Amino acid sequence: MPEDDAEEQKPGRISRAVHAAAGPAVRGQERLAAHPPPGPFRPGFWRSPIRGPWLTAVFGLVLLFGITTLMVTGLLSYAAYDPDVDPVNDLTPDKGILGFYLFDWPTRPYWLYRLLQGVHVTLGIVLVPVLLAKLWSVIPKLFTWPPARSAAQALERLSLLLLVGGVIFEFVTGIMNIQLWYAFPGSFYRLHLYGAWVFIGAFVAHVILKTPRMLSALRSRSLRAELRTDTAHTVPEPPDPDGLVAADPAAPTMSRRGALALVGTGSLVLLATTAGQSIGGAWRETALLAPRGREPGSGPNGFQINKTAAYVGITPEQIGPAWRLRLSGGPAEQTLSREDLLAMPLSTHALPIACVEGWSTDDQDWTGVPLLRLAELAGVPRPSAVLVQSVQTGGPFTATVLAGNQVRDLRSLLALRVNGADLSADHGYPARVIVPAAPGVHNTKWVGRLTFRT
Amino acid sequence: MARFRRWYGASPLHLLALAGCFALAAYAAIRLFDYEPLRVAIWFVGAAVVHDLVLYPLYSVGDRTTQEAASAVSRGPAAPGVNYVRFPACLSLLLLLVWLPEILRVVVDTFDRSTGLDGSIFLPRWLLITACLFAASAGVWGLRNLRRLRRRQHRL
Ligand code: HEM
Repeated sequence: MPEDDAEEQKPGRISRAVHAAAGPAVRGQERLAAHPPPGPFRPGFWRSPIRGPWLTAVFGLVLLFGITTLMVTGLLSYAAYDPDVDPVNDLTPDKGILGFYLFDWPTRPYWLYRLLQGVHVTLGIVLVPVLLAKLWSVIPKLFTWPPARSAAQALERLSLLLLVGGVIFEFVTGIMNIQLWYAFPGSFYRLHLYGAWVFIGAFVAHVILKTPRMLSALRSRSLRAELRTDTAHTVPEPPDPDGLVAADPAAPTMSRRGALALVGTGSLVLLATTAGQSIGGAWRETALLAPRGREPGSGPNGFQINKTAAYVGITPEQIGPAWRLRLSGGPAEQTLSREDLLAMPLSTHALPIACVEGWSTDDQDWTGVPLLRLAELAGVPRPSAVLVQSVQTGGPFTATVLAGNQVRDLRSLLALRVNGADLSADHGYPARVIVPAAPGVHNTKWVGRLTFRT
Repeated sequence: MARFRRWYGASPLHLLALAGCFALAAYAAIRLFDYEPLRVAIWFVGAAVVHDLVLYPLYSVGDRTTQEAASAVSRGPAAPGVNYVRFPACLSLLLLLVWLPEILRVVVDTFDRSTGLDGSIFLPRWLLITACLFAASAGVWGLRNLRRLRRRQHRL
């Protein structure tokens, strides 16, 4: 496009003449500005007639609330591991001050973790089209030329790398994790937690710096009017200082209403094909594409299994008649068979399994011995914590420490039966822990030893 | 103040917010990069690069091709029906993007053996949903054209 080039150079020539007396640095910058590399660095490259501050601000507003919710639910999910209660629970021992807000995870309401992590994962998935739309709407800024006109702009662009890299990193690791694709380097917890903090700093700075601009852009057009405007009547926004509006807009092929409808429908389709795995009941079957949209079986033990006995290498001998529960921490170690446990006074409580991957089960009727009764039997009537160890060898979460408030809650059971039947091997036979409001990974299966602490 | 602005290019609040951002990011990044730093860096920067320089160009070229094909078919400049293809195609690709590992069975063994579920259902389900999306779009298009036709007949 030789004509284009000639035209774009004209203002450069004029200003060069005007500033001929200015220093060489200024002249160098002007020359740089006047000669953008070809392609996306040229303003004429970006031609969408609906790209502009208003549309960007609408997506930005949705993400402001949505990502803030993801941040809060994610950081609470981290607290749910009780990493400060014992090093065994702490998957990120080098967290330093990033654990400043940790507290003993409550046991009420019993569906707390189910709600929290269901929201975190489902909302994350639902926000994917909004995030893609937001990135689409600002992508010309990536190719701003010259790269920076001031120190302020250079720093801000660096923070945008943390913002955009961080948000995509969090989405990608989260979405891979719930589909059990652990291809990322090292542990998901480290990556997703520290990645979140890198992102959070950039996000807060971005919100502080951009909120006034977002509000003024939102006020610049009426949402109601946009929702009544079809493609034929769609006109570009007036030229803006941010350079989002196309310098040479193409004829519209989609209205702003159409773009919002496309993104909104994308979110709705994702919601409809995902949420059922966390809502449960008859809704589960509607989660057509989510990992846990079907029950693995039928009958009392037919509900979702995190990891099967076969997968984690549980052998029939480990959980056969020779299995014994050892209680320690008191004056003398106690050894109990499953029959001994069944002979104790049993309680039944309806509690869900809520996985860190966002899916959960409906309330199941668990029957077993309250952990507090076992503590008394062990000779530790007022336990401050309990170390739960599985007979499973190797793999994460084979040992967990439950905090004092969890042990002392009478609904926290060493469960032997579920929904009126013996536990299946996949659900932790001969005995498993179930604690209200705790993340699924703390409901240890195939328990071999409980060590109570005073 | 004015001198600061001239030197820095924005208000002191701007510098303060960014300094806070970088301090927190550096504190977290030291921990993030503690293990396999090179691969973590590739994932962090790669995430943005793959989006901006691969995913974005791919879908914009795909979109432009669709529009050109549609205007070639209608022999006009802008094809009014093109959005009835764009909508279901975008939605289907969005579902594929989010559920790619499942649909393409990236972790066949892990998924099936650890969950006790059959992971082979996701590809046929996605194809079926895609077919339904295109069918629904065609249905809406047909209905709207029918209504327009009726209105025109009414006027005649
Ligand atoms: C900006 C976006 C996000 C932020 C700031 C964020 C933040 C967090 C944080 C701080 C945690 C706790 C980390 C830990 O336990 O080690 C967490 C957990 C989690 N997040 Fe996210 N997250 C985001 C997006 C997503 C998305 C899009 C998904 C997937 C759909 C997702 C899936 C998960 C999962 C599965 C966990 C549980 C990990 C676990 O504790 O085992 N996250 N998130």
